[in-house]
Amino acid sequence: MSLSVTALSVEKSGTAILSDVGFSAPPRRITGLIGPNGAGKSTLLSALLGLLPANGHIAFEGYDLPRLNRRDRARLLALVEQSAATEERLSVRDVVALGRIPYEAAWQSEPSPEDDTIIDKALSDTGTTGFASRRFTTLSGGEQQRVHVARALAQQPRLLLLDEPTSHLDIRAQLQLLALLRQKAGAGMTILVALHDLNLAVRFCDHLVVLANGRVAAQGSPAEILTPELLRSVYGVSARLVSDTTNGRPLIVYDEAIAEGDAQIPD
Amino acid sequence: MTITHRLSLPALAVLLIASAIAAVTFGPADITPGEVWLAIAHHLGIFPESPVSRLRDAIVWELRLPRVLTALGVGAGLALSGAVMQALTRNPLADPYLLGLSSGAALGAVLFLLLGLTLLMPLGAFFGSLGALALALLIAQLLGGATPSRAILAGISIAALASAATSFLIFWSATGDSYREILSWLMGSLSGSTWSDAGLVCLALAACLPIILANGRALDAFAFGDTAAASLGIDVPRLRWTLLGATALLTGIMVAIGGAIGFVGLVVPHAVRLAVGSAHRKLLPHVLLAGAIFMLWTDTAARTLFDPRELPVGIITALIGAPVFLAVLLRYRRIT
Repeated sequence: MSLSVTALSVEKSGTAILSDVGFSAPPRRITGLIGPNGAGKSTLLSALLGLLPANGHIAFEGYDLPRLNRRDRARLLALVEQSAATEERLSVRDVVALGRIPYEAAWQSEPSPEDDTIIDKALSDTGTTGFASRRFTTLSGGEQQRVHVARALAQQPRLLLLDEPTSHLDIRAQLQLLALLRQKAGAGMTILVALHDLNLAVRFCDHLVVLANGRVAAQGSPAEILTPELLRSVYGVSARLVSDTTNGRPLIVYDEAIAEGDAQIPD
Repeated sequence: MTITHRLSLPALAVLLIASAIAAVTFGPADITPGEVWLAIAHHLGIFPESPVSRLRDAIVWELRLPRVLTALGVGAGLALSGAVMQALTRNPLADPYLLGLSSGAALGAVLFLLLGLTLLMPLGAFFGSLGALALALLIAQLLGGATPSRAILAGISIAALASAATSFLIFWSATGDSYREILSWLMGSLSGSTWSDAGLVCLALAACLPIILANGRALDAFAFGDTAAASLGIDVPRLRWTLLGATALLTGIMVAIGGAIGFVGLVVPHAVRLAVGSAHRKLLPHVLLAGAIFMLWTDTAARTLFDPRELPVGIITALIGAPVFLAVLLRYRRIT
């Protein structure tokens, strides 16, 4: 049972941001959502979360997502944003505990023992147990992002959405985060992650959905769909694909940006 | 979690009661705590005959007790409003006074007074604070998103406009003593508080407290912004309008009773946050009690320090609050 999106469209003040978007994300796999800035990646993730009005169908594991109430949806889906900051005096553990909100009773004053077990597991899964009692704002960007993933895991989602989670991280933190996602996908979670870095997407994703101008330009396995023609038409760059002999996946080598007039951007 | 945290609420409650008893004994006429208890017991029907003299009984029961209760309620309401606004708008500088709500409420109150709707004056204050709040949010939106400093600038312009309109109304209509009285009320003063004032303040708190306290955990979800809150299953627009409506109601009533007493909503939540942290289920009850105690002591200082003259309590809260405002501004300089 996969995530399946059909005929999804979103308008913002009269302008179509997404038009007739249809794709599926296979279960227990990492699906990469790629495309240039303004292609509609963030809007698509927001629409999946039910955060903005959208037309179309979104089905996941037999659920009609837009029809679920907010709380049930928050138990099924979790979101990790690009970089979510706070000024509140919260410990790392407090932040992870936010993930239990969709499960808490209205007047519950403290996490239940069961909540505590789940929070502990989320901390250890993300390697953040060591700084559980530190103030969130004192952590590095990479550490903060791992805590956000831990918070999302505490929601015990079946579908994890991430919006360019590696943008502000150094390369080591990027690799750590994506390895963690691989591990979670292996453990049964379906993951949809918007990524900027195409080589990271190729390296870690099982399936890719390419967005351009609010439409799906291509979808399939990285080896199938990534071609110099696609990179030219979607990103406006000339690039070559070379084979990485160690893992058989293609590696993208960028040559140059194509002058505005020469790029063929599909409508 | 720790013992100190478990005991901090009962400790504050005890401090509040002790402060209230002590505050009733302060004033030009010397009254002992024992006499306060006896007078209260008499009015609660425990002693059919008053054990203290009629004059002293009247000072306790008619003057000081209603004023102490009003101060407790106004402080609790303003401090709670500040804490809720800070969480909802993710703005550490948010305060009913700084965002222009108090000035809007004052304008609404004066307008209703001049229209002869004396009994509906608190309603006018509520409409005024609600209008000012809506205007502040609208202006901040027009500026392209409500960053803390934009919201404060919007608040300043609204406060200036509302104050000018209020002054204009007073200038054309009030004379002599009433002029002086209105000016003192505008600066924030609890002098002359009656049992019906105390009752109205308690009614407003009773209406808003359950809504606010029940949403403490939902306020935590706002720590990382609206999208994060929504992804945790919070109905963001509904919660925002419900809680901002509740703070507008609280502010409106508190201003109708005590005038524009500033900075309570800023000073108290920030001080309490330093002590107990940002988790709202813990923060809000502490803010409630600490706000009540803070207001009680500033008001007691206002009526006793320069005896027989009485200072508008708004002057004292501003003396404390303005430096705190600067401190908060410096602490959060990265985001403002």
